[in-house]
Amino acid sequence: MADQAVPMEQHSPFLQHHFDDLDQQLDSSTLGMWVFLLTEIMFFGGMFGAYTIYRSMYPEAFASTSRHMIPWLGGINTAVLICSSLTMALAVRSAQIGKRNLIRIFLIATMIFGIAFIGVKFTEYYLHWKDHLVPWAGFQYPEAPQFFRQAQILFCFYFFMTGFHALHMFVGLGLLTWLLIKNERITFGPTYYNPVEITGLYWHFVDIVWIFLFPLLYLIGAHS
Amino acid sequence: MSTERREVTPINYLNATTGWKSWLFTTDHKRIAVLYLISITVFFILGGIFASLMRLELTTPQGDMFSSDTYNKLFTMHGVVMIFFFLIPSIPATLGNFLIPMMVGARDLAFPKVNLLSWYLYIAGGIFALAAILAGGVDTGWTFYTPYSTTYSNAYVMPAVVGVFIAGFSSILTGLNFIVTVHKMRAPGMTWGRLPLFVWSMYATSLIQVLGTPVIAITLALVGLERVFHVGIFDPAIGGDPILFQHMFWFYSHPAVYIMILPGMGVISEVVGCFSRKRPFGYSFIAGSSLAIAVLGFLVWGHHMFVTGQSMYASMVFSMLSFLVAVPSAIKVFNWTATMYKGSVSYNTPMLYAFGFIGLFTIGGLTGLMLATLAVDVHVTRTYFVVAHFHYVMVGGMVMAYLGGLHFWWPKITGRMYPEIWARIAAAITFVGFNLTFGPQFLLGYMGMVRRYHSYAPEFQPLNVLSSAGASILAVGYAIPFVYFLWSLTKGEKAPSNPWGAKGLEWETASPPPTFNFDHTPVVTEPAYAYAKEEEVHVG
Amino acid sequence: MNHHVMPVRTYVLIWLVLIIATGTTLGVAYIDLGPWNIVVAMMIAFTKMSLVVLFFMHVKQQSNLTKLFVVAGFFFLAILIFVAMTDYGTRSWIPPGNMW
Repeated sequence: MADQAVPMEQHSPFLQHHFDDLDQQLDSSTLGMWVFLLTEIMFFGGMFGAYTIYRSMYPEAFASTSRHMIPWLGGINTAVLICSSLTMALAVRSAQIGKRNLIRIFLIATMIFGIAFIGVKFTEYYLHWKDHLVPWAGFQYPEAPQFFRQAQILFCFYFFMTGFHALHMFVGLGLLTWLLIKNERITFGPTYYNPVEITGLYWHFVDIVWIFLFPLLYLIGAHS
Repeated sequence: MSTERREVTPINYLNATTGWKSWLFTTDHKRIAVLYLISITVFFILGGIFASLMRLELTTPQGDMFSSDTYNKLFTMHGVVMIFFFLIPSIPATLGNFLIPMMVGARDLAFPKVNLLSWYLYIAGGIFALAAILAGGVDTGWTFYTPYSTTYSNAYVMPAVVGVFIAGFSSILTGLNFIVTVHKMRAPGMTWGRLPLFVWSMYATSLIQVLGTPVIAITLALVGLERVFHVGIFDPAIGGDPILFQHMFWFYSHPAVYIMILPGMGVISEVVGCFSRKRPFGYSFIAGSSLAIAVLGFLVWGHHMFVTGQSMYASMVFSMLSFLVAVPSAIKVFNWTATMYKGSVSYNTPMLYAFGFIGLFTIGGLTGLMLATLAVDVHVTRTYFVVAHFHYVMVGGMVMAYLGGLHFWWPKITGRMYPEIWARIAAAITFVGFNLTFGPQFLLGYMGMVRRYHSYAPEFQPLNVLSSAGASILAVGYAIPFVYFLWSLTKGEKAPSNPWGAKGLEWETASPPPTFNFDHTPVVTEPAYAYAKEEEVHVG
Repeated sequence: MNHHVMPVRTYVLIWLVLIIATGTTLGVAYIDLGPWNIVVAMMIAFTKMSLVVLFFMHVKQQSNLTKLFVVAGFFFLAILIFVAMTDYGTRSWIPPGNMW
């Protein structure tokens, strides 16, 4: 592995000293981010597992909560995140081919979509709070009083799961800001685009979490 | 002409740079290992103090030293500190950090800065745990069962769960670093089949750390949220199920015990091979059994919940799977024994600890099988039988392996030899003290003495006094190495690169190693453990 | 190993499929399929996830090792959910009060 290293690579300012060559460095950072995403799968997965168990225990209570969600708003937010994933993937591609201006444009677009998502989410939180659907802030459930207790479990999941998701979005926005700044300072190109690649992996993962959250939280009893 | 002869100390990782900044901002995996070694020792002493107070109380049947509330806090803090701040990081963060890059032939781990972050997270978590202790303690048990932890406890649950949460991420990042290092940073010729068995067990441990720890992270986060908001998903008042907490908690905490023991098993494989002058018997079986333990360990968590309300059918499934997970552990014990057979065995201190490990781990493991038997567990669960079982594997097993590993690699880490006679005496004292402490607890548990209570029926007193006396002997056994290890740093005999004549890349570099481990990237051409028959071992 | 650059066309195509799938999830949710609603919803979600993983996250071009790690994550999550469900699924098999 080390023998085939191009001598010029040894002097690349991007090569960290404990790696033999840039290829090894990229492979390692990518694998490292995937291992980290594995931990995130288990982190969110714990909540998904608990959700599955309670939904199997209280199917009608859970189904009754859908009328208090706004499915089309959740659907738009899902689409917003999918668009942000597209622009993120294009940002990574632009880094692979070394086009600084394109990187900048696509990173900014991704951030705009991300901020839009957060905006819609927090609007929904506000509406839920106004409707007394926050379990620890005066929860009321007049339309289906028989589910007053168990519906709170679903709403706990709603706020905790989307809350952790939003937290990860904020971290993602922070990473994107850092990338934007880095893009102005250094030149990404085919041999070094690691930070963009691994930020992209993180961002796509956060999108995937939402892809599952949307049907599980918004659409439970929509057909009734 | 000057007749003065000055001994020049070669530049190594310890003296290459000086000043506190060069240590606190280091990215050298060896220095980070030393930072961990110091902090882990501090927590071990703290956990030991809690244990001593408990054993003192238990010398009399009445609860006369502490109130029951205080006693609850003592066993909780003993468990939290020992498990999360000593056992789980111990070998991985000290020996793993120090050795893995060298054992695979690399200059450092894959992510040196992440490694430093791991240590800072560990310290941050430790500060929160200390805050909980100093503010007044936690009384929920290290298991944090709901709804007591979420609703009814008036103690300092929040800082404790925050501390464990943060320390969990330290563990995750360490595991992540090891996985990527083993996959991507092996030197030319270092194939998977030539990796030291210590690396195999550390790899398996890292898989568990990465897959399991996030689950306890989210579980404790949910407990914290429920404490803050006074409502949450474990709240029985809204239909929450306390057993769900137990499922989620034990999904991590059972594999966690394999995080604790697998590194110890890795140390034993190295030590037994070296001091038998033989390649460990059944190399591929030992390597494979590490992975098997890692995977199977995720399938058995329900055996902690046999009597708490889990469905009996699920309990039966968990019981059978728990029998299965004993098999790979047994395979290791057989292989270590076969390694010694017709080997040239010498009784250096690390080997003495290895003997202790093999015997005591076997007892602990067999009693684990007894506990896995549903019908037996119903009677002995929540008694001192369980306490004895896990202390046999954790202390008789893991701590002995840790001490054995520390002794084995001490010359490499510090460049000094420890005093062999005192070390062997301490190992013997530890062995005697340990068995005196925890052997009687099997009997006590079987006779019905309940755990986590500070008072007990008077007929249990003689065995309790024996156990407490044993604890004081065990403490002496631990104190002696502490003293001579410190002594050796300045007064110990200077160590050669390979004092034991052991095989492994770490022994081919200086003691202590230079900052970048090797002068040239090694190229591996021989299989692991290529011991020749005639080699003699340097007896200190 | 990660040097192959995917064409823009591929990314846009995947994006389009994801948007359509989202709309489908929303639409199907309003049709009463009984217990199959959740199955359909999850199947669509898994498909969307696979597309993001394979194309946006480049796993299609990555080594088998990366693919193995991705699968492993979901495998262990599946253990958590399904093995815990063996408890909840079988509690009703024994009437309460008939245990120890």
